[in-house]
Order: sequence, then C-alpha cells, then structure tokens
Amino acid sequence: MSSDLFIAIFTSTIVAATPLVYAALGELVVERAGVLNLGVEGMMLIGALAAFAVNASTGHTGLAYMAAALAAALLALLFAILTLSLQANQVATGLALTLFGLGLSAFLGRNLAGMPAVTLQPLALPWLRDLPLIGPLLFRFDAAVYGSLLLYWAISHFLRNTRAGLRLRAVGESATVAHSLGQPVMRIRYAATLFGGLTSGLAGAYLSTALTPMWVEGMSSGRGWIALALVVFATWRPARVLLGAYLFGGMTVLQLHSQALGLHVPSEALSMLPYIATIVVLVLICRNPKTILLNQPASLGRNFHPDA
Amino acid sequence: MTADRPERLRLTSICKRYGELKANDQIDLAVGAGEIHAVLGENGAGKSTLMKIIYGVTQPDSGTLFWEGQPVEIQSPAIARQLGIGMVFQHFALFQTLTVAQNIALALEADIDDTELARRITEVSQRYGLPVDPQRLVHTMSVGERQRVEIVRCLLQSPKLLIMDEPTSVLTPMAVQTLFVTLRRLASEGVSILYISHKLDEIRSLCDSATVLRGGRVVTHTLPRNESNDSLARLMVGSAPAPCVLELQDTGAKQLEVNDYCLASPEAFGVDLQDINLTVRSGEIVGIAGVSGNGQKELAAALSGETVGPHRGWLRIAGQTADHQGPTRRRALGMAFVPEERLGRGAVPNLSLADNALLTGSAMGLATKGVRRPRRMAAYAREIIQRFKVRCGGEQSIAQSLSGGNLQKFIVGREIGLQPKLLLVSQPTWGVDVSAAQLIRNALIELRNSGAAILVISEELDELFMICDRIAVITKGRLSPAYPRAQLSTESIGLLMSGSEGEQHA
Repeated sequence: MSSDLFIAIFTSTIVAATPLVYAALGELVVERAGVLNLGVEGMMLIGALAAFAVNASTGHTGLAYMAAALAAALLALLFAILTLSLQANQVATGLALTLFGLGLSAFLGRNLAGMPAVTLQPLALPWLRDLPLIGPLLFRFDAAVYGSLLLYWAISHFLRNTRAGLRLRAVGESATVAHSLGQPVMRIRYAATLFGGLTSGLAGAYLSTALTPMWVEGMSSGRGWIALALVVFATWRPARVLLGAYLFGGMTVLQLHSQALGLHVPSEALSMLPYIATIVVLVLICRNPKTILLNQPASLGRNFHPDA
Repeated sequence: MTADRPERLRLTSICKRYGELKANDQIDLAVGAGEIHAVLGENGAGKSTLMKIIYGVTQPDSGTLFWEGQPVEIQSPAIARQLGIGMVFQHFALFQTLTVAQNIALALEADIDDTELARRITEVSQRYGLPVDPQRLVHTMSVGERQRVEIVRCLLQSPKLLIMDEPTSVLTPMAVQTLFVTLRRLASEGVSILYISHKLDEIRSLCDSATVLRGGRVVTHTLPRNESNDSLARLMVGSAPAPCVLELQDTGAKQLEVNDYCLASPEAFGVDLQDINLTVRSGEIVGIAGVSGNGQKELAAALSGETVGPHRGWLRIAGQTADHQGPTRRRALGMAFVPEERLGRGAVPNLSLADNALLTGSAMGLATKGVRRPRRMAAYAREIIQRFKVRCGGEQSIAQSLSGGNLQKFIVGREIGLQPKLLLVSQPTWGVDVSAAQLIRNALIELRNSGAAILVISEELDELFMICDRIAVITKGRLSPAYPRAQLSTESIGLLMSGSEGEQHA
C-alpha cells in the first residue's frame, strides 16, 4: 500500500512541477540574454486560455499547445518591441504585461468558464508502462512531462556547449561589449524573449489541459511569480531550476495530502508551505554572494542602445 | 605618410557634432600599410570620437572614409571587422565570466571547433610573445594579461589596421616595452597601427608619424622623431603650462595612520586589501602609485569610510580611532575626500553646482540647523568656479552638464575649500587638460604648504613625482612602504609595481 502512496505522491509531484519547469527554464534563457521579463504570469494565463479554447473546440491537444505557445509568444513580442526597440523600462513593462495578460484572459475567457474539455492523456508507451514499479513511476506521464525534461536537457546543452549559447550569455553579461565585437545584440535578445514567451505559453497550456483541465480566471495563481523567483534563487542554472521546481511541486502535493489527513493546521497556512519551503531551500543552497554575482547576467534588466 | 607605402585608410573632412559641441571638425588623416601612426591630443580633443567613427561605433555627420582607396561606410563594428579593422579598447571589451578561448571565439566570424581554436590561440601568442592560457577565466587575470587577450583576439582575425586606445595606461613600465616590441613586429609585417595616447615619450619612440588634435581639429601632421616633448606638448595644448614647485618642509602630527589593515572586497571581481600600513603627516603629500585595478579603488573606499565592513587592523584619523566610522564621521574629524568617480560619487549628476557644494560643505555655514542657505551656497560655489577656472554656465549649472575635467576641477576645489586637515584625492587630474591639471596640482601643493596632510592615489607616475614628498606602490592589494621621492626612479617604482610574482607571466 505504501508503495502506491509513494507512486501517487511522486507522480503528482512531477505533474505539479511541470508548468514551473517550462516557465522557469524559458525565463532563465531570457534573463541569461540580459532581459528581465516580469510578465511570465500574464503570458502563462494567455497560454492557458488559448490552449483551453482550442482544446474545448477541437479536442486536439497538440493544436492546443501550439496555440498557447503562439499566443504567449505574441505577448512576448509586444514586450520585446516595447523594451528592446522602444527602450521602455523592463521592470515596469513586465509588470504591465502581467496585468494585461490577467485582464485580457479574464475578458476573453468569460464564456469559457465551466466548459468541459479533454484532459491530456498519458503517452502510450507499450511494454515500458507495464514494468513493475518503474512503469507506474516513470512511464505513465503525458507527453508534456517528457517534453519538459527534453527542454531541460536542450537548454543545458545549448547554454553550456554551443556557440550560440555562448553568444547569448555574452550578450547577457555585457551588451555593449558584445556589440563592439559585432554580435547582433538586438536579434539575440528578441529571439530569447520570444522563446521565453513560447515556454510560458506551454506552461499555461499544461495548467488548463492537464493539471486542472478547465478554464478559471487567474488560474495560474502566482506560478509565474514562483517561476521568476526560481530563476533567481537557482542562480541562473538550469539544474537548480529543475530542482527548485520539483521541490515546489513536492511541497504542493504534500500539503494537499496533509490537508486530507485532517491535521489541525489552518489550510491557508499549509497552502503557504510550498512557497516558503522552496524559497528557504534555494536561499540556503546559494548563500555565497559571490556565486550569485558570478552567475547573474551582469546586464540583466538594462536597456541597450547601440549609439549610446 | 611616406611614398613607398600603399595607402590603407584615409579620412577626409570628417565632422561629428554632439549637440553644441563639435567633437570632430574637418579631420583629415591618412595611414599607410605597416605604419604606426600616433593620434595625439588632450582629453576632449576628439581622439575617441574619431576612433569610434573608424571602428563603426558611431557615424560621422559628414566626410568620407577611404579603405584601401575605396570609399566605405562603416555602419557597425561588425563591418569594420570584416574590412580588417581591429580595436584594443582602453577599458577592455572582455566578458569577465568567460574563459579566454570563449572570449576569442565570440569575436570570430566562422565557428571553429575548440581544439582548433586553442591551437590557433597558442600559435599566435607564441609568435608575438603574448603568452595566454586559453582555459583561464578572464576575471582571474591581471590587467596586463587581459590586454594581451585583447591583442591576441584582434590578431586572430589577421587585421590590416589595429587601433590601440591608450594601451599603456594599464601597464607597468616593463610591460610597455614588451608591448612595443610586439607592435613593431606587427608593423614590419604590414599591419597599420593607429596609436592613441597623450604620453609623449612613448609616441616619440614608437610612432612613424603623428596627427595632433586640439579642440576637435587637426593642429598638424608631424614626424614625432623630429619633435621634442616640449614641442609636442605645445602643439597639443597650445602653450606650455607653468611647472610645479615642491620645496622641502618639516612635517607635523600624524593625520592618518593605518596599521596592518586587511579588508576583503565586497565586489565579485574586487581586490582584497592585505596588511596595509600607511602614515600621512601634516605638511606632506604622500602618493600611491600602481597599475590600475590593484586595489586603489578599494583602498580609497576603505580610507574614506565607504566600506567599513569586517576588517583586521586599525586606522586613525587625527589621532582618533576611525575604523568603524562612516564618511560623515570621518569628515567631522577633519578629512575631505575626492573620489575617482566624479558623477555619482563626487557629485550628484542632476543637482546644481551650488547644491553639490552643500553636500560636503554644511560645516562651512552653508546650512544652519538643517536649513540650507542658498545665498551662501551660491557664493561658495562661485568662489570655487573662479579660483579653479571651471568652465560652466554659473553656479546653478547642473553637475552632469559639465565636461569631466571641469567637474573634476569643481570637486577638487570644493574639497580644498573646506580647509581639511587631511585630504584624500583619487586620480586628481584624470581627464583634465594639461593647464587645468597644473592648476589642481599647484592648489594641492599650496594646501600642503599651509599644513594639511594629503594622500594622492594616481596612475600617472609623472604626476606623483611632481607633487609628492613620499611615494608608496600598491600591487594586488598590498602596499609598499612610502619612500622619499628622491630615493625613487621610474625604474625602481616599476620594480615595486611588478611585485614579488606579478610580472612573471605578464
């Protein structure tokens, strides 16, 4: 029996963490290029809405994810035009983007609330899924979960081993220096920002097609902000982002289970737990201020103008 | 340019304006293949603007560039690099968190694999005597090593024209000689070099020809070998400034005492101060020499009270223990301070000069019981402006509207005007033109003669020899004893600068 419980907790942890993995890994790439997009929450909501709408009307989940990625990337494009081309302040624009995404998704989704939709089904992995213990533990997830791990691998590889990843990090450390070496700063920052939008959209899509397959106004409930915090506390390293996301997922699941046990603790206090625990653990991991300084993209949030 | 050299780069009537200021006005210049051409001028003469135009960082308002006889428009550094123009920046264009090899890879057009890149780096660095380790992280390297990385990076693109912007300001005297050997070798292989500097000895020993700029215009094209330092200085400045006179005098009480002071730098790439011992008495000027980035910034912050942090050892100002006191308390003990960074540290950029005078001058009666006295503030600011010939639109001008040199004159004047018992000055004449620099130096000497203790941190050795009674050298956060000026020479200071292990790989 206890192994069943373990499997249940483990798998729901992974599922609960998956949207964070998408959003935080995407934001990590954006910030490594020196752009601070605080609009993750807004982009996630737009993604969640787009995915739900397409899913409910066509029943096609693949299409739903594509729509989510596209819709959130459009929002990211808006952010990029404002901050990169028009030099608007990144913090203020990012906050505005979150509020805009929140409002727009509530407005467009007002007739969708309560509609039924198809849940993303686990990937059919014949033979593997029937393995004892390992099968239910590892091979009964939906495609998006495996996709998030693939994304983690791809981003780590990209940042560590490829020339393009080196360019991106260079732009994040000093846009002026990168420009003087003939690097296309604007193009790299646009690409990174759009990529971040895309993954935020996927994160949102996972919320409204897998985690809770319905549309509720503001359903990301602060996960965009957690993703942003994860990137900082993980000192801009993909592996730590992954760790933080699973930690957060695990705490969310545990607090649900402990609520079911009927502990005499107010449920509000338990709901706070994942947020507190994640931040405390990650802060403990990276206490050394020099590690942060070495990993933090030095030009983060600073606008770049080629003539100045 | 001599006739037997094919022409590489030619500028005709280049003009560039920034608002009211004509940074470049009708500039003509020509460089031949294999020629080392000096661009000489004071700060603000338009050298940097001109180099930015050649390297494609900014565009000229009018005028034409010819590259190997063809008119070209260099719209970005990328285009300049494609033509074969490389630039070694004064403040290096390196990424601190990356390795040498990564830094170099970023500048190359084609993607080549890492082993091939490492091989080419080693090959070039051996050929030109510029040893670098491809795998080292840039932030662990000394300034001289970083410059080598920049040069190697330029050379890997086999440039036809190399722009060197004040390359020796960060080097020890020995490292300068090594650099010159490399540059002559490059020139002999046909590379043209544009060498920007205001150091006359260097230009006379290195350069084939020179263009002298003053106030954005070309004063003359000349052959530096046929000139003397004096004649070049006159061309640059327009007139020769009066020299400093420093007469020996008796010293008085200890105004500043630092004993075995150790302080870890709060910054990621900072220098930790180690066992600093230093005494400055009334009536003397003590100079601290050193190649930039060896702890000068940290030492200034520790003495001014900006960084008090956890430390070992102690320091006393006017005989009182001041380790844990911040800048305000230290100023109350009679200390005044001119920081290296003018805007942001020395002055508030968007306040008027009068308001900036109040910042350190409230004890001068510029404020009573916390209320500012605008008339006294204005009068005090006017006094500084007159005495130090600050060029500005009056005491209500906004600090950031002044040029760097003029603002520096104002800040130095403000601190000297406080009649401090102890004055701490960082880079007193950085970016200040020759005549104003002389004015500042003489004011410092006058203050010393009136019995103040003065500590000057400067990277200009010549300057320290002009105004200091004693000179100490800072290397990697360690400070040598302060020796009387008469016992020192450029060579002996150079030895102290290279420290115990410093230049083994430099």
